[in-house]
Amino acid sequence: MALLQIAEPGESTAPHQHRLAVGIDLGTTNSLVATVRNGIAVCLQDASGRSMLPSVVRYRADGQVDVGAVAQAAQAKDPRNTIVSVKRFMGRGLKDVAHVETMPYDFLVQDGMVRLRTVQGVKSPVEVSAEILKLLRQRAEESLGGALTGAVITVPAYFDDAQRQATKDAATLAGLNVLRLLNEPTAAAIAYGLDNGSEGIYAIYDLGGGTFDISILKLSRGVFEVLATSGDVALGGDDFDHRLFCWMLDKALIAPPSAEDARRLAMRAREAKESLTVNEEASVVADLASGERVSLVISRDEFVTMTQPLVQKTLGPVRKCLRDAGLGPEDVKGVVMVGGATRMPHVQRAVADFFGQEPLTNLDPDKVVALGAAIQANVLAGNRTADDDWLLLDVIPLSLGLETMGGLVEKVISRNSTIPIARAQDFTTFKDGQTAMAIHVVQGERELVSDCRSLARFELRGIPPMVAGAARIRVSFQVDADGLLSVAARELGSGIEASVVVKPSYGLTDEEVATMLREGYEHAGEDMQARALREQQVEARRALEATQQALTKDGGLLSAIEREAIDQAMAMLANLVETASPAEIKGGIETLGRATDEFAARRMDQSIRAALAGRKVDEIKV
Amino acid sequence: MAVTISEKAAKHVSNYLAKRGKGVGIRLGVRTSGCSGMAYKLEFVDEVDDSDLVFESYGVKVLVDPKSLPYLEGTELDFVREGLNEGFKFNNPNVKDQCGCGESFNV
Repeated sequence: MALLQIAEPGESTAPHQHRLAVGIDLGTTNSLVATVRNGIAVCLQDASGRSMLPSVVRYRADGQVDVGAVAQAAQAKDPRNTIVSVKRFMGRGLKDVAHVETMPYDFLVQDGMVRLRTVQGVKSPVEVSAEILKLLRQRAEESLGGALTGAVITVPAYFDDAQRQATKDAATLAGLNVLRLLNEPTAAAIAYGLDNGSEGIYAIYDLGGGTFDISILKLSRGVFEVLATSGDVALGGDDFDHRLFCWMLDKALIAPPSAEDARRLAMRAREAKESLTVNEEASVVADLASGERVSLVISRDEFVTMTQPLVQKTLGPVRKCLRDAGLGPEDVKGVVMVGGATRMPHVQRAVADFFGQEPLTNLDPDKVVALGAAIQANVLAGNRTADDDWLLLDVIPLSLGLETMGGLVEKVISRNSTIPIARAQDFTTFKDGQTAMAIHVVQGERELVSDCRSLARFELRGIPPMVAGAARIRVSFQVDADGLLSVAARELGSGIEASVVVKPSYGLTDEEVATMLREGYEHAGEDMQARALREQQVEARRALEATQQALTKDGGLLSAIEREAIDQAMAMLANLVETASPAEIKGGIETLGRATDEFAARRMDQSIRAALAGRKVDEIKV
Repeated sequence: MAVTISEKAAKHVSNYLAKRGKGVGIRLGVRTSGCSGMAYKLEFVDEVDDSDLVFESYGVKVLVDPKSLPYLEGTELDFVREGLNEGFKFNNPNVKDQCGCGESFNV
């Protein structure tokens, strides 16, 4: 018989009506699944009582797939077919992944995306992640006694569209109905905000296995608003392990180790790190394949010294995030620690020093994200009544815009806008009789298209021929609750339309995502100059083209001397366009303007005469 | 006759109430819905109604409204674990038959 859970007063569901919904934290190192039971969010455990599922998948030669601790145990003996930290490969190209050289995998690239060649064939990161999700789904269905209505899956705030889509694809492949993707820090805020009910500005400091995220959130009367987010997609607990790993190689004077030895040593490094959280000293003992034994002792002080730069590296994004939110450290009422790496005492100390207060650590930093996701899944599945309905606002991490003439970016949705959001902007044609327009969707903070990330391109065709500037093309951007973008362009006169849903666009370099924001600030002045130059260049080319057309059509209105003056002004401007400063080009445009004043006046007269010829005065509307 | 709660169930209820931070006890009831006629109701209680019957076992208050009592007379609420699944179970002597899932029943 079905086992019952206690409902909130007046909220008992009819039989078979209770919707089973879970929150899933698909982590780099560990994954968790949680649900709301008896009114409380809890992480679901496996048969041995463990909540955390190591995010490790092993493809075995016999066709079986191991996931979790079993797979992890086989790491050292079968490194090539045992995939760890697959999240780092989601929606990425090979050159975007840090430390590839130390990884024992047989990488290949398909359509610009990372693939892994295993004993069971070529696997995509999406397929590997789906194995993890499948196991969590099974655990949830066994624990809850039924099929799941849906799941909320968390992603780092920094994940771009390609990475979010890859995560959704993995969930679909695992047979999960994704209610929503939720930013990890936001999920942590839900877990803390609802449990503690305190209002104010909070900073969520999330140092996970592979990513660092910092978010500034505002909590008031049960409403969450994300004021700003920032972070580093390639910084996490794994990097602390890696420092320790390098230290071990150095200390033990080991030549570059085999894949198997490297895996073994990396595991010892992680254990030593975890031990140093509670102990002042840790010993590292590893037997290498050669029979050689590595035996080292490391003190917490040594570990702190070698990893302090990593801790400091997290504070840059923290400062930037506060700046984005227009706040200082003193405005922050509380700091929430998320991610297993925040257990390290020197991380907590650095955060405490920065904000001038002790961070909150009363919920398990490994579980908060999953718990928050479970709470939201419960709401989205419809298991909560409307009176305690609350709103969740999420933000866009990087601005979204379009390429305009001259390779400039026109931002349509600016970064840190809350989602879901829809914005439209009108554009027009550049040339007479232009019947098509290329729409190039870009992401980033810089002014030039070449410095931003290209997301999609499409064309709007069949624009009725009109003079330049007469067509009205409305381009609308829509970002749904999962942060996925669709762009549509419509010519308002004829109603013709074209659109694109941004599909994963891989081949993005890590530096691009991680430093886009920083560059946006660093190059602000330079970008302004570049924009001014491009704008003048576009204007100059437009003026040259218009003059040339006029000369072709009505050149006969000019005397040879007049014609020569105009030709000279045009030649000078054409020359300036390529090389001169914005001010000089502007001067050239003005010179050409003066040189053609008289010509323009004569053309005007001529066209008025033509319009009036043969008509009676009363036929002419004034 | 009365409605009772097992020691194990009481422990879990106390635990949930403590974590929830409010509530005086739990309410057991029946509603006329479900695939076999009646359905159980199991909820936290924040406010006691004047007409409620209050039973207490192992320090947990169990409230039953007078209309539900005839269907629940002699029932014991137990907490059981079945594999990974765990939850509350009504051991109700009045039940003649129930639907396969046990969420609804007939008396």
